[in-house]
Amino acid sequence: MRRHAVKTESSKPKLVFVGNGMAGTRTLEELLALTPDKYAISVIGEEHFGNYNRIMLSPVLAGEKTIENIMLNDDEWYRRNNVVFYKGEQAVAIDRVKRQVTTRNGKCIPYDRLVLATGSTPFRIPVPGNNLTNVLTFRDIDDVNNMLQLSRHKQHAAVIGGGLLGLEAANGLRKQGMDVTVVHAYDAILNRQLDKTASRLLQDTLEQKGIRFLMNAATDSIQGNTNNEVCGLKFKDGRQLVVDMVVMATGVQPNVALAKSSGLQCDRGILVNDVMQSFDPAIYAVGECVQHRGQLFGLVAPGYDQARVCANHLAEMGIARYTQKALATQLKITGIQAFSAGQFDHVPDSEEITFFDGQLGHYKKLVIKDNRLVGAVLYGDTQDGGWFFDLIQQQTDISPIRDQLIFGKDFCQWPEQATAPLPAAA
Amino acid sequence: MVNRSTCAYCGVGCGIEIHTNSDGSTSVKGDFEHPANFGKLCSKGSSLAHTLTGEGRLLHPKINGLRASWEQATHYVASEFKRIIAEHGPGAVAFYVSGQLLTEDYYVANKLMKGFIGSANIDTNSRLCMSSAVAAYKRAFGEDSVPASYEDLEIADLIVLTGSNTAWCHPILFQRIKSAKAARPHMKVVVIDPRRTATCEIADLHLAIKPGTDVALFNGLLHYLQVSGKTDAQYIQQHCEGFEAAITSARQAGDIQQVAALCDLPATDVADFYQWFADTERTLTCFSQGINQSSQGTDKGNAIINCHLATGRVGKPGASPFSLTGQPNAMGGREVGGLANQLAAHMEFEPQDLKQVSEFWQAPNIARTPGLKAVDLFDAVADGTVKAVWVMGTNPAVSLPNAGKVVKALQQAELLVVSDCIETTDTSAYAQVLLPAAGWGEKDGTVTNSERCISRQKAALEPLGEARQDWRILTDVAAAMGFAEHFPYRTAADVFREHARLTGLNRNSHRKLDLGKLAVLSEQQYNELAPVQWPVLDKTGSPRLYGDGHFSTASGKARFVAVAYTGVSHPVSPDWPLALNTGRIRDQWHTMTRTALAPPLNAHKPEPFVEIHPETATEMGLEDQKLARIQSPWGSAILRINITDSLRPGELFVPMHWNDQWARGARIGELVNPAVDPISGQPESKHTPCRIEPWHPQWSAVMLSRDNLPIPDCDYAAKIRGKHFYRYELAGGDTVTSLPAQAQQFAGADEAASVLYQDPRQPALRGAWLDAEGLRTCIYIGPGNSGIIANADRNWLSGLFGKPELDAIERKALLSGKSPAGVEDCGRTVCACFGVGEKTILKAIREHQLTDAAAVGKHLKAGTNCGSCVSEIKGLLAAQ
Repeated sequence: MRRHAVKTESSKPKLVFVGNGMAGTRTLEELLALTPDKYAISVIGEEHFGNYNRIMLSPVLAGEKTIENIMLNDDEWYRRNNVVFYKGEQAVAIDRVKRQVTTRNGKCIPYDRLVLATGSTPFRIPVPGNNLTNVLTFRDIDDVNNMLQLSRHKQHAAVIGGGLLGLEAANGLRKQGMDVTVVHAYDAILNRQLDKTASRLLQDTLEQKGIRFLMNAATDSIQGNTNNEVCGLKFKDGRQLVVDMVVMATGVQPNVALAKSSGLQCDRGILVNDVMQSFDPAIYAVGECVQHRGQLFGLVAPGYDQARVCANHLAEMGIARYTQKALATQLKITGIQAFSAGQFDHVPDSEEITFFDGQLGHYKKLVIKDNRLVGAVLYGDTQDGGWFFDLIQQQTDISPIRDQLIFGKDFCQWPEQATAPLPAAA
Repeated sequence: MVNRSTCAYCGVGCGIEIHTNSDGSTSVKGDFEHPANFGKLCSKGSSLAHTLTGEGRLLHPKINGLRASWEQATHYVASEFKRIIAEHGPGAVAFYVSGQLLTEDYYVANKLMKGFIGSANIDTNSRLCMSSAVAAYKRAFGEDSVPASYEDLEIADLIVLTGSNTAWCHPILFQRIKSAKAARPHMKVVVIDPRRTATCEIADLHLAIKPGTDVALFNGLLHYLQVSGKTDAQYIQQHCEGFEAAITSARQAGDIQQVAALCDLPATDVADFYQWFADTERTLTCFSQGINQSSQGTDKGNAIINCHLATGRVGKPGASPFSLTGQPNAMGGREVGGLANQLAAHMEFEPQDLKQVSEFWQAPNIARTPGLKAVDLFDAVADGTVKAVWVMGTNPAVSLPNAGKVVKALQQAELLVVSDCIETTDTSAYAQVLLPAAGWGEKDGTVTNSERCISRQKAALEPLGEARQDWRILTDVAAAMGFAEHFPYRTAADVFREHARLTGLNRNSHRKLDLGKLAVLSEQQYNELAPVQWPVLDKTGSPRLYGDGHFSTASGKARFVAVAYTGVSHPVSPDWPLALNTGRIRDQWHTMTRTALAPPLNAHKPEPFVEIHPETATEMGLEDQKLARIQSPWGSAILRINITDSLRPGELFVPMHWNDQWARGARIGELVNPAVDPISGQPESKHTPCRIEPWHPQWSAVMLSRDNLPIPDCDYAAKIRGKHFYRYELAGGDTVTSLPAQAQQFAGADEAASVLYQDPRQPALRGAWLDAEGLRTCIYIGPGNSGIIANADRNWLSGLFGKPELDAIERKALLSGKSPAGVEDCGRTVCACFGVGEKTILKAIREHQLTDAAAVGKHLKAGTNCGSCVSEIKGLLAAQ
């Protein structure tokens, strides 16, 4: 049985995935759904785990989930799907002429098609001390385990970066009982995902949870003690902060080292076309490592869209093209609802409809341009985020429902021909 | 505890029981033993208990806005009146009183002014109501005496209701007619009214007559009766005078065709009416303001009475001309002489009467000539002839025609005293002296209703604050003016007995008014006085008058009055092409000082409105429920448009009630022309030439608040009191610079709204203030044509007040202005990416028998983006 399978496998074209993250694995899943037998498939994964939901690392850090809870596909899944899984192996070179991938352990894995899903690398701000002991990043399970371990005997944590990841890290560490300060270089947290009002509301909520904020704080240096352990932060304006742990959440960079070393065309990311093919037609790339039409990606939704297109092309269907869509973002902190989508800050020639319930801390802003919804920011009540997101993506003319729009789908009645989908017959 | 009393409102004079419960609250029920209503009450009467609140009550005397003692206030009024009389003579002072006063109050006011101040400048708002009927009765019968009784409504075979929306204005009489008609199906009802009112529900025939042509219709009838041989020649000969002149004049109306053409009626309808009238012995013609409020109101009354005299149908069972008075005590006021052209007790400014009354009162200084009637009185205030006026229990700034001029007159009066139970009215706004009068429920005395029935109105409650009985306020001022010995009253019964004694002087005259038998009532007998119709010559009273053909004239004969149709004073013209009619609506009373306090009464017609025929509306470019500006040569108003074919094309109807306490720009009295009947002095409130155009506001708003907020100064406003809330409908022609500031100001809030919605384009704003007790205020402002304002679900919003807390969905829906009925609570958010709630997921699992997370994702998208919630969805699936 097994022998027979191996024999059969060998006659198929070889497909190799480098990377076992969310975009790569989704591509694999999509492909298996389309054509389970087309390729002999191998996956090279650097982490010592199966495929897991990286987004859920924050709840793990907060103690609300365990690693087990967030596993998506375990080893058995790979076996069941006849996928060879090189767990804990790091791909170090690609020989594009011989079409083979070499791993750190010296394994040579030949391919007919290669998918690069190498993701991204946390960005460490270039300041003195950025590599001191107990200066961490927040990217993978190891990072989470490190933070959890440190939180048990350290007290004062600084999270540099008030973006989605930074806030989730800060919340997690706070939940672990640490005294946490978020250090942010701008005057508003989540300044790329929220407008000023929502940002202020969020900061208020987090402050009520005991998280402190240092705003407009540009880190000058990270101080270490004689053991080379972090002991403080110094800022450009002279402010100082005593800490014994630092988490850098200052963004990510596409992980293009492997691609570059193999001579693949890269800019900031691996350059791909609309079917996620790199300049080498045998090599595809998906997820945070790619650059598509000048754009980099940091969210899961475009990664999944790319996975669908890439799988479609690998299955030789060739009917899908990747187009960038407006993005919606959600903050993953239990008890906090924040949502944004589209363009919402100072959009030229736009009008902003706002709703604000100061007592409940609910805030909504809809940005309307030419009778279309182009952006939305929701805080507190994000229930209609998905619907607003649809309206943004579909460029629906909302003028007939403008007066009720912000109250959500349930309160909007389309006149005459129903533009909105009708509910299933009752 | 139960107190029997009478209703505060219309001239039906229903008996009621005021139940005072052990917790101090009151409830009101109909008195089953009262002959006017036998236990029934209309919507207004049923809501009387709602008006027994302290809300808006004037509690203390005030001089120039400052609280004063009764002693100070009484002294101030007395000395100011004395000073002005001394400087300018008694003609420089006046009282303007009300059909809401009790007979005792009226008596003391009349005695003080006519007997001791020596001027007859006391007139009453009854002038606006039935003074034409009074004049017509006096011309025909020699006395202001209504010959009929309510029971005639039940035994008549034909009831003609002319100029009377009985269904709304005398609801209990309407119910009596309706029941009688149901019991006796051959009974016919004819309604003569330019409008197809609610009264037409029971009409066998509705004559939508052209306004002002009633004289022609009844002259035509008289002529018809004569040519068809239906007159009672013997009766005319034995009991009447002046028939020849009357019939000569009536003949001018022409035949049925001519009458129909003039009155703009189908000739067949006129013929039916004439024939029914001619053939029905038991015919009762009830008439009200539609007849009286006319520049020819007295003639109209006599045109009706002429037809009854010609057929001998006066004071006979089921057959009479029957004036239905508007107010609860219009009749009682007339009995004591509360009109400027009456002396007292139905006596006139005739030498013999003057001598009798001045001797009875020991008042040598008695006024010798009639005083100024209402419209003339305020004209005299305006031109400075009258310097001081004391307004009691009425609101001339709203109710008089050309009310704008009245307001100016009140502003410039040297002394304006207002005694009222309500502190802030459009009239009291200009008063130097405010005197707190006892309100209904606290007042004690008697009233006389439309069928001459005297009933006790009894106090069930202690007067609030320092409020006093009107007769007592007057008695004290009289004493302070130096007439103490002539005003020795300690109780209402003291006053009543004197009044009854004075009427007793009529016994040896041709006059019928005689309460002499009641002059000897003890306090207890007075308190227990059962309803009785005057004249009270024995214990049972007198249901009907003149049935024997003996009238109150010197000759004992009734007088035909030759009348001729003249048309309205100010006809429509190319510039003023429409005819404005005014009147009551079912659930409001007069200037709303009481009824607007009762939430149930504000639901029927919450806003001031103008009714207009669809054709005319189209012609004028008006849309239903939008706003319109109505202008007459005398003033203008902005009102909500109600399009209805119950009116004749070219005519408008506007309710008389709204004023500055409950609205802005809605005082219809400002538009009403000041033309009066030359005999009665009653204004022509039923016909003013006017024009109408759409009024497009720059912004409009609806606000609801649990607080009693001041009405914003804007072009259009209506304030409506509901249960636990007030509603404000607002609109302005101005441009608002800052909506949030404006909203905060309207809401009277110190802080910004708790919940705020803004759309800069419209510009639109919606805001709500909530506190520990729930919803306090919510406001919705939008541009003039904003649908959200028109469509905001006022009923649903109203229901949110009085709730201790809004639930999550209500709170979310609040500023949408739409009821969330049918919107389901989706529960705690599970899928944050697509905003899918727990309850939504559970419902989908149940209804579509979903078994795995992928299926849930397919249905609801939940879990298909970041996947964070997939494990939770699996948990929900497992739990099902």
